[in-house]
Amino acid sequence: MTVGTVEDVDALVVGGGPAGLAAATALARTGARTVVVDREPDLGGVPRHTDHLGYGLREFRRVLRGPAYARAWVARAGHAGADLRAATTVTGWVDDGGTGRRALAVTSPRGTGVIRAHAVLLATGTRERPRTARLVPGTRPAGVLTTGALQQLARLGRGTVGRRAVVVGAEHVSFSAVLTLRHAGCEVTAMVTRERRHQSYAALRLAATRGRVPVLTGTVVTTIAGRARVEAVEVADLASGATRRLECDTVVFTGDWFPDHELARRGGLAIDAGTHAPAVDAGYRTSTPGVFAAGNLLHGAETAGVCARDGEWVAAAMLDWLAAGARPWPAADAVPVECVAPLRWVSPNAAVPGAHLPHGRFILRSGAFARWPRITVDQAGRTLWSGRLRRTVPTMPVRLRANWLDRIDPQGGAVRVSVETSSLT
Amino acid sequence: MTGALGPDAVDVAVVGGGVVGAAVARRLGRTRLRVALVEAGPDIGAGTSKANTAILHTGFDAKPGTAEARLVARGHVLLSAYAAQAGIPVERTGALLVAWTEEQHAALPGLAERAAANGYDRCGLVDADDLYRREPQLGPGALGALSVPDESLVCPWTTPLAYATEAVANGVTLLRSCPVSGAERAGDEWRLATPRGLLRSRWVVNAAGLRADDVERCLGHDGFTVTPRRGQLIVFDKLARPLVRHILLPVPTGRSKGVLVSPTVFGNVLLGPTAEDLDDKGETASTADGIAGLLEHGRRIVPALLDEEVTAVYAGLRAATEQPDYRLEFRSDERTVCLGGIRSTGLTSSLALAEWVAAELTAAGDDVGERPDAVGVRMPNLGDAAPRPYLDGARVAGDPEYGRIVCHCERVTAGEIRDACSSPIPAVDLDGLRRRTRALMGRCQGFYCSAEVVAQFARHTGRTPPQILGLAS
Repeated sequence: MTVGTVEDVDALVVGGGPAGLAAATALARTGARTVVVDREPDLGGVPRHTDHLGYGLREFRRVLRGPAYARAWVARAGHAGADLRAATTVTGWVDDGGTGRRALAVTSPRGTGVIRAHAVLLATGTRERPRTARLVPGTRPAGVLTTGALQQLARLGRGTVGRRAVVVGAEHVSFSAVLTLRHAGCEVTAMVTRERRHQSYAALRLAATRGRVPVLTGTVVTTIAGRARVEAVEVADLASGATRRLECDTVVFTGDWFPDHELARRGGLAIDAGTHAPAVDAGYRTSTPGVFAAGNLLHGAETAGVCARDGEWVAAAMLDWLAAGARPWPAADAVPVECVAPLRWVSPNAAVPGAHLPHGRFILRSGAFARWPRITVDQAGRTLWSGRLRRTVPTMPVRLRANWLDRIDPQGGAVRVSVETSSLT
Repeated sequence: MTGALGPDAVDVAVVGGGVVGAAVARRLGRTRLRVALVEAGPDIGAGTSKANTAILHTGFDAKPGTAEARLVARGHVLLSAYAAQAGIPVERTGALLVAWTEEQHAALPGLAERAAANGYDRCGLVDADDLYRREPQLGPGALGALSVPDESLVCPWTTPLAYATEAVANGVTLLRSCPVSGAERAGDEWRLATPRGLLRSRWVVNAAGLRADDVERCLGHDGFTVTPRRGQLIVFDKLARPLVRHILLPVPTGRSKGVLVSPTVFGNVLLGPTAEDLDDKGETASTADGIAGLLEHGRRIVPALLDEEVTAVYAGLRAATEQPDYRLEFRSDERTVCLGGIRSTGLTSSLALAEWVAAELTAAGDDVGERPDAVGVRMPNLGDAAPRPYLDGARVAGDPEYGRIVCHCERVTAGEIRDACSSPIPAVDLDGLRRRTRALMGRCQGFYCSAEVVAQFARHTGRTPPQILGLAS
């Protein structure tokens, strides 16, 4: 390999979505030499492709569409002095040359090189698990998509989306996919979810489906059929086992978020078993000194606003680290925070006594529906907190107040978050 | 390429552009013979050759004395050398034949003897401790293994493409999307009916894979029937690659080589294949039972594999016939050659089969000496073991398109997509682009890049996105 330029910077942000750009803005404003790299042709992240309103009220004091919101963050980070580089891919961790920095190899049309930084932020985002990862059998025709692929294909021009679609999933993003399909002139035959109910707001469901798209609950896709293009899917009712065939030329697999954690894995960072993301403490520090993580890499898929808040939050910890130079890495002392099934994950994944969190809350994900469930937080059998949440819905975020962190025993072992099973519905 | 056939006759028509037919066309293309390579499908290697376990076999476990045993052993030598020259990714990981039961353990010395009978003497017995040292992630309960150090990984897509590209470079006429529907003998020549008109040829080589029995019948023979034997395979994420160091083979049963766990040259891990006899030669769907069965095997062989994400599930069809050995016929009186009944080992034996055809043609009086001006080829690297363009600073400096990564999971650049569309055998559909570049074959399956890949492919091929996506003709 030919190595081109070697650059030394204060902070390297990998991923130029809302989290990365918000962090870069805060870092660059202090005068820290900050580089943001993003592998896409334009910075801005996922909102570039979500052309609907609902963005930016907190950050920009106005309501923006996704693409305008993405541009606003790019402008703000650039104005703050961050060095923004699109079409630039981090290809791996490399030797730091004895500098004590973290070194990453990059490739772009301008060449290959190495960037060495005192602080590295991974803000690489999340993706929907495609059909293959979900092990849906059948043939492999064209027309099997994710929402991400659908949104981008729809922007390629007319006729790039089929005429009849089946949408797999019934969470927020699934209804967003239905809207995109409808705008592209594609009829939605049905939505299919293995859960007992859809998992979004009734208003969003109505807006997307106009009450005309059946949501097949307790149902899974068992086979995809078709040679060159999708011709049908077979679905099965989980309770009865009854199958039926739905004719369609497009299948969209929505949601089921999985973090883009390749760089974290390749770097040997500790990975949380629940989120599959790098395990982080309340300051979004990973297990490796100098390496931080934020945004939907940690908790797919929250709103752009939550991710931007993450970015601002992690910037504070990064600035602390940059100011203090080499000193013990605080994350090493943090106590793990774990959850018990049917809770699926909690983020962040560790805390020290008295730590602060963004919004003062953990993000919790449950695998089950529950109304007024009692949640208990304990450490080795000692209850730190117990109380009720309004509800839990699979795939939907739940916030858990973190007003019990000062009761953590730093030597007491893992903190466990559990839900009373009798409250499940 | 899409025009009607001219009046010119050729010396040899090779029917079937899979790995075997392409190998024959490559070999004969280097002579003074006029050769046509005729493929029913839209691309080289797009039939049974594309869905292979991608192993360059030594032939250690073949039945001694069979054509397969002889040709696989010879093919291993030939393809190893050719791959280095043509830039086909090969990784010599070696294989471990893992014994999980006393019965299997007891069979290992016999397999070593069989390997020796096949002329392969580098097998070694490995005790359990040593086995777990070599494969720390192996599931519990293995009793020992037979080591086969020369079993290697090979790229199943670059190999037939390299052969065909070299054939075309040396003047072979390639006809794609050109199924042969009939054949008749007229005086001194064969006349093959195709959608482009009659193809006239002195010799016909039947390398039609799954349809070799149909082509045999066109040529007046009814010696065998091809029963497609489906093999389903699961491809795990590249992050699983460190879990597996060798090709992990089961102790073979009579029917197939059984379920294996193997790295791939692309840096993934493969689990499979199943073996299911079918009637339909187009039935390449995967099934819930097939996937579940494979995962059960995988859980025992390398338990940690099951924690990793699956990148792809696919199914291929082996061209099995009533007998296990290859169906090779050289009929000098009729001037037809049959290369039938070749299953997964055809990738390894391809160059040896071509060598055999050339030798038989010589015996029949044709001159198959190589022309002094015959050229070789160098293929784009898809493998993980050698630097891909995105890592090659000098290359990126020379052409920024090699630094413009489009498919992020597989790190495929705009330059490679462009090259695949302007190569001597350009990609004509997305599957062809996938096999030439690996674009869209990674863990996100197009979540990030499908629109951009489609847009670039449309631009380079002068087609529209709906056409490429199968939504317009």
